[in-house]
Amino acid sequence: MQVSMTVNGTEVSRDVEPRQLLVHFLRETLGLTGTHWGCDTSNCGTCVVLVDGVPVKSCTQLAAMTAGHEVRTVEGLADGGTLDPVQQGFMEEHGLQCGFCTPGMMLTARALLDRQPHPDETTIREAISGQICRCTGYATIVRSIQWAAAHPAAAPSDQEVRA
Amino acid sequence: MTTVQDRSAMPQEREPNPALSDPDRPIGYGRVQRKEDPRFIRGRGRYLDDIVLPGMLHGAILRSPVAHARLVSVDTTEALAHPKVRAVVTGKDLEGLNLAWAPTLSADVQAVLATDKVRFQGQEVAFVVADDRYAARDALELIDVEYEDLPPVVDARRALDPGAPVIRDDKEGQTDNHVFDWEAGDAAATDAVFARADVVVSEEVVYPRVHPAPMETCGAIADYEPVEGRLTLYETSQAPHAHRTLFAMVAGIPEHKIRVISPDIGGGFGNKVGIYPGYILAVVGSIVTGRPVKWVEDRSENLMSTSFARDYIMRGEVAATREGKILAVRTTVLADHGAFNATAQPTKYPAGFFSIFTGSYDLEAAHCSVTGVYTNKAPGGVAYACSFRVTEAVYLVERMVDVLAAELAMDPAELRLKNFIRPEQFPYRNKTGWEYDSGDYEPAMRMAMDRIGYADLRREQAERRDRGELMGIGVSFFTETVGAGPRKHMDIVGLGMADGAEVRVHPTGKAVVRLSVQTQGQGHETTFAQILAEELGIPPEDIDVVHGDTDNTPFGLGTYGSRSTPVSGGAVALAARKVKDKARLIAAAMLETRPEDLEWEKGRWFVAGDPTVGKTIAEIALGAHGTVALPEGVDGNLDAEVTYDPPNLTFPFGAYICVVDVDPGTGKVHVRRFVAVDDCGTRINPMIVEGQIHGGLADGVGMALMEFIGFDEQGNCLGGSFMDYLIPTAVEVPDWETGYTVTPSPHHPIGAKGIGESATVGSPPAVVNAVVDALAPFGIRHMDMPCTPARVWAAMQGRPTPPV
Repeated sequence: MQVSMTVNGTEVSRDVEPRQLLVHFLRETLGLTGTHWGCDTSNCGTCVVLVDGVPVKSCTQLAAMTAGHEVRTVEGLADGGTLDPVQQGFMEEHGLQCGFCTPGMMLTARALLDRQPHPDETTIREAISGQICRCTGYATIVRSIQWAAAHPAAAPSDQEVRA
Repeated sequence: MTTVQDRSAMPQEREPNPALSDPDRPIGYGRVQRKEDPRFIRGRGRYLDDIVLPGMLHGAILRSPVAHARLVSVDTTEALAHPKVRAVVTGKDLEGLNLAWAPTLSADVQAVLATDKVRFQGQEVAFVVADDRYAARDALELIDVEYEDLPPVVDARRALDPGAPVIRDDKEGQTDNHVFDWEAGDAAATDAVFARADVVVSEEVVYPRVHPAPMETCGAIADYEPVEGRLTLYETSQAPHAHRTLFAMVAGIPEHKIRVISPDIGGGFGNKVGIYPGYILAVVGSIVTGRPVKWVEDRSENLMSTSFARDYIMRGEVAATREGKILAVRTTVLADHGAFNATAQPTKYPAGFFSIFTGSYDLEAAHCSVTGVYTNKAPGGVAYACSFRVTEAVYLVERMVDVLAAELAMDPAELRLKNFIRPEQFPYRNKTGWEYDSGDYEPAMRMAMDRIGYADLRREQAERRDRGELMGIGVSFFTETVGAGPRKHMDIVGLGMADGAEVRVHPTGKAVVRLSVQTQGQGHETTFAQILAEELGIPPEDIDVVHGDTDNTPFGLGTYGSRSTPVSGGAVALAARKVKDKARLIAAAMLETRPEDLEWEKGRWFVAGDPTVGKTIAEIALGAHGTVALPEGVDGNLDAEVTYDPPNLTFPFGAYICVVDVDPGTGKVHVRRFVAVDDCGTRINPMIVEGQIHGGLADGVGMALMEFIGFDEQGNCLGGSFMDYLIPTAVEVPDWETGYTVTPSPHHPIGAKGIGESATVGSPPAVVNAVVDALAPFGIRHMDMPCTPARVWAAMQGRPTPPV
């Protein structure tokens, strides 16, 4: 079946199996592999993307159900060469190790800060509690989101990002 | 802020150049942002499942629904008729190729696809290769398998019963479910100490089966090129070189024609050390179809079939004086190894390094004996950041010290302080033969107690108890043995546990380090660049770290057991020093002086007495590759390669204190605070060190409170999805409070000890000790993990049960 949606600001239209999951549509049909897959039961949240600005586990939703909606993935977080403050925060505060849960965590963080620019720690922890990280123990993810909240704009450009 | 107690004996470099001492931009050790982060935060990591090769097919595995059964027939007719199916492989097909069974890392064999019986739920029975992921799964439904049920062996305690079903009747001469017996220490001397001790405490302590469950499951893409007979194998592997050698041995493909590539790995924790049937099946699928084949397991497959961890049933005993001097420890262990003995550990250590169960204490005697048994459960056993079973050892001794404290009515922190190995006793040889390289335990313990406000907490606890509230304070102190290991003692399937590093300084002064170890998120690309930076004065951003590709890196056994920094870190430092020595010769030629007249400052050789005259590493590199007349015997490059064979293991340690509140109505445990003071010797990148600790602390809370792979009486796995295998989220863990001391390893080139597993090892006893402490008013002296609300509540009702 033909499915059309907006992904990271670009209109896309593809012929897909009706049963195809959104996560596979993004990863395999569109080649946007920044969205990951980590469980069979919608528990882990590595597949979280934003649909119309709301965090959604893309393994829980069919591509067909997403027709007509706006999807934002990790590939759409940076604005050209300018990182989203959330991305910058994750680097500043060591909010990632293996990087597998990171895209989903960052998108949830983006949605949270859009809704509530200055969340307290409990709110941040609750916001990401549908997602699992096996590496960080979460404290640095919380700090990364706090960093982003404290630096809402003017993240440095790519060139200024030091390795 | 963290208080620092730096006992470092490491020489300090003179740093006259202010650019070199910018604390925000250290050339060497210090807090540096990770080099790998820019790609990950953009979603541009390249994990296994992100890789798509031209013409690639997809594999899926049909697994046994039962734990123990005779395989009567496997009918693949309908599956083969599926229009998108390219091949179906069964155990019978593999028998024809002599590939139905593969050697494990513990001198056993494991079925790649079942031929005679299935021996655990989730065992591999058939492999489908199809055009796409969905079609491969569809076709699994079309395979018709007939099983004839056999009684399963589920409880390890019953595995050696006379008349127990023999699981491994495939092994010639195997008439029971016994795998091995192993012991360490002096049994007679230990028994003698126990016989004269004032106090003996004894407890059965179970470390249940858990699973590393990295966020990325395991997978492989095999690309066999038939004309030249070359195999390129992309794998989620923590040990690409070891895998290549083993594939050469198993598959009969010459080693030089195999290239193993480990791309970005989405967490490993030991889960990605072994070679799983799925990897072998991807290779078979590629050979059979002539096309690349990708196999990626789903989460249930990961939890039900790949390497679990722990599953030790331990009878622990401690002998002590009435005054609280611990004299000896003794234990007998029943180790559940599942259906195949597939643990990944050094050959001479069938129970890993469990014999370090003497802990951090100065004892008169110790003895342990471990018996391994087969059960109808998934194989594995050494995984989940366990430091080769140090996790089980530390949990046992730290739990038992608390049991002793309860018996003596002593404070558990004071009891530990009273029994520590003293600093002047290092290097300390324990009673099971380990030589602890260095340690200074009391300052770490005191720091943890100060940080958490130990005395105040005990007062608060007393007040709350008076009000009927359940608050617990749990203390643990651990010593690890990591960085395996000296080749003369340690090998895995005959491969000595050394690791290599190759350093090349390019003509412009930039550099590349090639490693045999494999990052799974630990930040090797940053840490190893910093080691080279510290040694040579080349900024970390000018150093590329290459790993995960056997064609482009030196041989070595890979990353597990906290061995990357202790082993490959040593190799990088020594290779850098070779480069530095060679640079001195070249600099002398360039400056027309004698090498012995030159002095080193970070990044530069200069003339002693005239610091203005010198050559930087970049200038020397250009000279080496340029037209400088090189001294005799010096060739024209600035490269070096070292395979580092560590003289001993390293012994990181730490003091952890956990505070919990238990809901008296529901048994729910809330972790209120957690203080961790770690000593990993030299700290290369404190940010990464802290990150490693945080992750391990969450592991500890998870294991102590919720993570558990259980089985029912039929051998059905009860922890086979994230609905059932519970992992802590951000709301179940506290904000970690950390501190550190620095006691460098005296034998390691940079004094580093490794940190990857310390917190996973040290935190479970702290949490469980806190829970048991909270339950003291109920007369409870021990309860087994996981301390779920239901199990805690049952314990409060006087019905504590071992985990099943």
